[in-house]
Amino acid sequence: MQEQEIEEIERTLLLEAIFLRYGYDFRNYSQATIKRRIRQFVAKNDFETVGDLLPRVIRDPSFFQSLFFDFSVTVTEMFRDPSFYRALREEVIPLLRTYPFIKIWLAGCATGEEAYSTAILLQEEGMLEKATIFATDINDDSLLRGQKGIYPLKLVREYTENYQNTGSVCSFSQYYYADQKHIIMDRTLKNKITFAHHNLVSDQVFGEMHLIFCRNVMIYFDNTLQDRVFKLFDQSLIRGGFLCLGNRESLRSFSLSNKYERLDTKNRIYRKHVTHLHKSNLPIIHSLPSHE
Amino acid sequence: MNNMKYRAIVIGTSAGGIEASVHILWKLPVTFALPIILVQHLHKDQDVVALVQLYNDRIPVQVEEAEEKEQIQPGHIYLAPPDYHLLIERDETFSLSVDEKVNYSRPSIDVLFESAADVYGPSLIGVLMTGANHDGALGLQRIKQYGGMTLVEDPATAKFPEMPKSALACTEVDYVLSLDALEKVLFTLAADCSNG
Repeated sequence: MQEQEIEEIERTLLLEAIFLRYGYDFRNYSQATIKRRIRQFVAKNDFETVGDLLPRVIRDPSFFQSLFFDFSVTVTEMFRDPSFYRALREEVIPLLRTYPFIKIWLAGCATGEEAYSTAILLQEEGMLEKATIFATDINDDSLLRGQKGIYPLKLVREYTENYQNTGSVCSFSQYYYADQKHIIMDRTLKNKITFAHHNLVSDQVFGEMHLIFCRNVMIYFDNTLQDRVFKLFDQSLIRGGFLCLGNRESLRSFSLSNKYERLDTKNRIYRKHVTHLHKSNLPIIHSLPSHE
Repeated sequence: MNNMKYRAIVIGTSAGGIEASVHILWKLPVTFALPIILVQHLHKDQDVVALVQLYNDRIPVQVEEAEEKEQIQPGHIYLAPPDYHLLIERDETFSLSVDEKVNYSRPSIDVLFESAADVYGPSLIGVLMTGANHDGALGLQRIKQYGGMTLVEDPATAKFPEMPKSALACTEVDYVLSLDALEKVLFTLAADCSNG
């Protein structure tokens, strides 16, 4: 048997052990990335093989925590994909204006940059007052960082550039205080964001939402898990509500995708049909525009 | 079907790579029967539709952006999307990730090469060309370690020699070749293995 195959057995056992022991289910994650993250953890902690992790993971919860933090951490930035925020401002916000209050769920919020970006956008559109933002993740360490709203100063240039590319006429610097190494996000924004632990793999709906962001999270899930999470979002979204995915994600694997229309193809913004009866039951075509 | 040993080709390149890729791929017949998966370092705001168009105008084999969960098909050239790592799953579908940059790069050549080596083992051909950083060296090492064939552009003629050099520094690769020679190798492979 080849080394890769042996390692696959070890990884299968490791994920099974994590599920049985701690209830976190990574078995339906895309395995190529999980494999890479586990290998990095093995190398970083001077283990020889993936199998060597097993006894420690099963017996030592603090060891498991460090593994868990390492391979559930995701990387994001303020106003990642500026054109998406521009589309949000121009196409979604006008449709949300009519509601007396709006509830927004950022699923898989990581360290909160996207939550602050959204809060800033709502502030500028005069909608922050009536908004509630729920930012959820499975990584408590990331959530804590989001709650603190403190980010490295060295990233400010990139964030400012992103911000300017969203088509805003204000200045990004008005939303934070800076010390020598960090920026600290403005309290007005912070107060509107509720950071909470939620596991898309196993937890249920927790409220009715007008707008759900789940950007660059689905790419980590296999088709079965994607369908489960899409159903969760579908149960959470009001009719006429919006679902925003990452630039390279689509509703393709979702069995109920015909309940949605594409509001913005390039920026992957979908809207749930307002009525039960749709004109057509044909599935939405999800291919990227004009490759040929 | 063909009785070739090889089942896929991965290509990694950075600065100077668009021209280099076109140079080695422009003569491939449309009947070419292996999938080619390409990481070209790009700026994250690169207009990828325009780049795919550029390749398609110059390369006879269909070039397209790799999509997550897409089944890898022979006779297609797949380009990694900007700002995502591209990986291959055991069932020969694509995965994307926004994990941290590797060698300051996303997509990273190492990430693609390592996951491709896992899946294809000795049936993989890895090609590393011009670039001004060190990405791809470890990935190519993994391909070699798992029995695949490794080809590196000759640093003496590469537009940016640093990337080929760093691969040669850590792996005893199978062939060090000029772009013209790489083009011929692919063409010969094409003759051995085509749908036609």
